Amino acid sequence: MGDMAALWSYLSTEPLLWLTATLLAYLAAAQLARALGTPPWANPVLMAVLILAPVLWATSTPYATYFEGAQFIHFFLGPATVALALPLYDNLPTIRKTVLPIVAALLVGSVVAAVSAIGLARAFGLAPAVILSLAPKSTTAPVALGIAEAIGGLPSLTAVLVILTGIVGAVTVTPLMNALRITDWRARGFAVGVAAHGIGTARAFQVHPQAGAYAGIALALNAVLTSLLVPLLVRVLLP
Amino acid sequence: MVLSLAILLSCQLLGEGVARGLNLPVPGPVLGMAMLLVGLRLIPQLALVLRPTVAVVLANLSLMFVPAGVGVVGNLSILSSDWLALSVVLVVSTLAAMLATVGTFLALRRWGQGDS
Repeated sequence: MGDMAALWSYLSTEPLLWLTATLLAYLAAAQLARALGTPPWANPVLMAVLILAPVLWATSTPYATYFEGAQFIHFFLGPATVALALPLYDNLPTIRKTVLPIVAALLVGSVVAAVSAIGLARAFGLAPAVILSLAPKSTTAPVALGIAEAIGGLPSLTAVLVILTGIVGAVTVTPLMNALRITDWRARGFAVGVAAHGIGTARAFQVHPQAGAYAGIALALNAVLTSLLVPLLVRVLLP
Repeated sequence: MVLSLAILLSCQLLGEGVARGLNLPVPGPVLGMAMLLVGLRLIPQLALVLRPTVAVVLANLSLMFVPAGVGVVGNLSILSSDWLALSVVLVVSTLAAMLATVGTFLALRRWGQGDS
């Protein structure tokens, strides 16, 4: 028993354990989703988190310890974002023909994402710092945190809201688009990329390669636009 | 695969360097993506080198959000008493943004030659 405790105290502080656990949880989530017939609500990010969170809680593992292992996976968000250039390159001929819809949909979608969040939050009487943390929720996490900090939001709250927004978008996009009978993969992918950043883009790649490519463009363009737009909108809407 | 990773990381490194050096409001990896796109236009053979690795990376894009997602669970208490209002705002605003985006995209599609 003492040996077991010693082994645990060794393993639980080494990166190997939580790196492996993250991979296994993701594989289990993907397997479970496939067994269920990949319904939209069985989002792999959400399910893997729901598997890991109770394990961390039961072993009273602090997030910092978990992240020492998981950071090796987290790190790959950077190169994965760079990798979006390849589907973009593959789709360049189609993208050239859809420049106008891309630019217009980006502008409208980005404004609606921020204005609706600010407006609804005001209607609910939420505190100004909370409203400011919500405003950049649809853009990729590093950009959203930077914006929140600059406009007086709470970066830690923004981090939570950004991830939750990604999951909401990834889970709702397929039923929403199917209900509206929208079959254009470019439009579907672009919409989830604008509204739900990388987690939405991951969902788009699950569904269709062209949806993924367009979600990737939307994610990249919205990162730039949101960082310019949200500080301006906040000044106008929250004087 | 090693060559592909080296290409991806080099683009990210360049992107981070330029973004930070010039104080741009764009994350380094997003700039790295733009740089790789230019690279692919200049050297089309790069696509052949990158394709197998990129396919694996993008097929498992969800995996890379799991560590941050786990962080959210521990931080849910930050939503405090506002959790219900915040949930409504997130769901309604995300749906509104998707509807506005898809509606605009489809309305303007016919102006390009891309209507199919």
